[in-house]
Amino acid sequence: MATLTDVIARPASYSGIWSWITTVDHKRIGVLYGTTAFLFMLLAGIEAGVIRVQLASPDNDLISAGRYNQMFTMHATVMIFMVIMPLSASFFNFVIPLAIGARDVAFPRLNALSYWIFLFGAVLMHVSFIVDQVPDAGWFSYAPLTEEPFSVNKGLDFWALGLLVLGTSSVAAALNFIVTIINLRAPGMTLMRMPVFVWMTLITSILLVLAFPVITVGLIELVLDRNFGTHFFIPAAGGDPLLWQHLFWVFGHPEVYILILPPMGIVSEILPAFSKKPLFGYPFIIFSGIVIGMMGWAVWSHHMFTVGLGPVANSVFTITTMLIAVPTGVKIFNWMATLWKGSIEFTTPMLFALGFIALFIVGGLSGVSHAVSPSDFQQQDTYYVVAHIHYVLFGGSLFGIFAGIYYWYPKITGKMLSEYWGKTTFWLMFIGMNVTFFPMHFLGMNGMPRRIYTYAEEFGWGDLNRLASVGYFIIFASILTFMWSVWQSRKSRPVSHDPWDAPGLEWSISSPPPAYNFAELPQVEGRDQYWITKERAEAAGTPIRGPEAPVDPSTIHMPSPSYWPIITAAGVALIGGGILVHFGLSFAGGLIAMLGVVGWANEPASAPQEHH
Amino acid sequence: MAHAPQTTPVADHEYTTTGLSHRKMLMWVFLGSDCLFFGALIATYMVYRGQSLVGPYPNDIIDIPLTTISTFVLLMSSFAMVQALAATTANDQRGIKIWLLATALLGSVFIGFQIYEFNAFKNEGLTLGGNLFGATFFTLTGFHGAHVTLGIIWLLSLYFLSWKGRLGPATALDVELAGLYWHFVDIVWIVIFTLLYLIGGFDLGPSIIPGT
Repeated sequence: MATLTDVIARPASYSGIWSWITTVDHKRIGVLYGTTAFLFMLLAGIEAGVIRVQLASPDNDLISAGRYNQMFTMHATVMIFMVIMPLSASFFNFVIPLAIGARDVAFPRLNALSYWIFLFGAVLMHVSFIVDQVPDAGWFSYAPLTEEPFSVNKGLDFWALGLLVLGTSSVAAALNFIVTIINLRAPGMTLMRMPVFVWMTLITSILLVLAFPVITVGLIELVLDRNFGTHFFIPAAGGDPLLWQHLFWVFGHPEVYILILPPMGIVSEILPAFSKKPLFGYPFIIFSGIVIGMMGWAVWSHHMFTVGLGPVANSVFTITTMLIAVPTGVKIFNWMATLWKGSIEFTTPMLFALGFIALFIVGGLSGVSHAVSPSDFQQQDTYYVVAHIHYVLFGGSLFGIFAGIYYWYPKITGKMLSEYWGKTTFWLMFIGMNVTFFPMHFLGMNGMPRRIYTYAEEFGWGDLNRLASVGYFIIFASILTFMWSVWQSRKSRPVSHDPWDAPGLEWSISSPPPAYNFAELPQVEGRDQYWITKERAEAAGTPIRGPEAPVDPSTIHMPSPSYWPIITAAGVALIGGGILVHFGLSFAGGLIAMLGVVGWANEPASAPQEHH
Repeated sequence: MAHAPQTTPVADHEYTTTGLSHRKMLMWVFLGSDCLFFGALIATYMVYRGQSLVGPYPNDIIDIPLTTISTFVLLMSSFAMVQALAATTANDQRGIKIWLLATALLGSVFIGFQIYEFNAFKNEGLTLGGNLFGATFFTLTGFHGAHVTLGIIWLLSLYFLSWKGRLGPATALDVELAGLYWHFVDIVWIVIFTLLYLIGGFDLGPSIIPGT
């Protein structure tokens, strides 16, 4: 076996593209996740643009109905699985080890594997555009629309197999972060001293690990139906399309919390930092998060009120859904109480965090309105639901993520994003978001169904649709200003280690942090440890002026870069992709993955330190 | 793995908050995840129990005595696994080799039974596409068999390592992790055997209640 690892020699260089391909450094993997997800966001944004231009006027024929189906399917699938989830993962990667005072994650190579599987899975799904067999059954792909004779090409195979591959990545990453958070905290960091973002990551990871296997089974059954002649979801042969809905939403509802809990954690970091006072009701926020994570498993059928589950099921799920609004409300009141009497600084991250609260309240309220099943009968499958989901996922998740980008950007790059452009981006995005999605509440109430590619003029939906399409271009402009300010920041002066006077441990080391993070593992005495440290230094008359002093990196033994994660990931993606082309390819993929695992197991996590 | 004795690196001599090793915790969380995987497959079977429109139905083909034997073989493999771990912690090199190989062999016998059973069922007309019973049966037991097969490959890799003298008290965790996985897969089989054979095996036709 030694020969095997010798063939592909361990990479030793730390520069150029190979250093990124073989990296196991959580900070670099975080950057990879972030930039990849941002590129996919541009793609999904363009798909949204096609949708909005098509709907801007009645009886429009810019694109065909079939193409329209592809656009909304891919827009949602990409935004959920290839933008918001990996953007959250990007923060997990960059911030979690720094925030808990660790050198890296528990399994650095597994972490690299998660990223590469994510990338290959996303690429696999996008090959569907090249062969023009694009998934077109919506992001929850209800059966029997996904089955013969309604699905005529391989689009949904791309969708199902792509999601299976992406799911592997998410579960691997979540396993890693659960172990990292439970097992790699710096001395003294008890559970109830962990930053809220770390807590929300832990809860999210547990949800991921438990929810993804369920959709995996659903997707496997779908692939079997489409390729191996089973009839899991085909009514003519006794199958039940409702089983797909149940499997999908048992996963899908926890997934909603997977998308929103990390941004809630980000906002809980930012509000105290710019109110200059600790988070109000820390334990309440933590336990609310835990309760949301548990109750998220008991509400899935509220997506299915109109399929005829009967009054008992509908009543039960109405009640559980209304109950889950309580812990969410608790969080919102705690955030507002954090602001109360604080010395608030309206920096860009703070603006995005405040925008998050405002927009999430709107989305939360419209959510409660379709928690009530009689009311939901009116709203089901209308633009009202489209408005709701965009208030919670755009106004909520993405605003939280942008707050995080502006907050941690100086730590990640060592450069500051311009406040001028940052505020411009915020206001354009805030206004554009409301102009686009607020009218959709009215459109939905006026009966406009979602997922129609055009509508007749007599319905009177033209004006509000045109307004929504104008809003799209305002959002588009905000993204352009964001990219401009990122481009500009490369020329800005290096930033100090702690530009925000923030409470987290990550601010005690230089920006960007050294590869080893902390020269010495920090000792934690309470919540908001860096504020404690700074206050004590201030009181002693020796205020902290710089980051922790650097040490010679060769004295700290770090995990070494490795080729095996990307090789294993290629094998895993090939197993999935092979089903589309030829099973021999899947078999080859299995062999490559196996080879990767063997090479991996035979390679010590850190190379012996014999090289100079 | 016990490499790199020349330094005391962070990654190898790990500091952990709980004192539990990272890998053991990873395995437990993974098994929790796998519970949901088999849970969803079993749920599919239960939902479609008695829903097949055409035969063959379970009562026509399920052979409980045969599968009782293979179940016994699989449970004995768990016993061998326990012995393998005990031998590893006691540094009984001969015992390690015997019991690891025994576990892998017993697992292979179980897989042999499964291949025979799948073939026999196919000959009697039960296929993936034929009816819902076939689809749910082959999917659930097939994925269980895939888990056992992976376990056998894992055990044989450990057996290979044992011949290189790489297993002993210092590396007992390597064997223990394989053991955790192996016992989990066995426990899943107990559930499958109960539901698909002992309870569902007597289902006569489209209805769950025999004779109606």
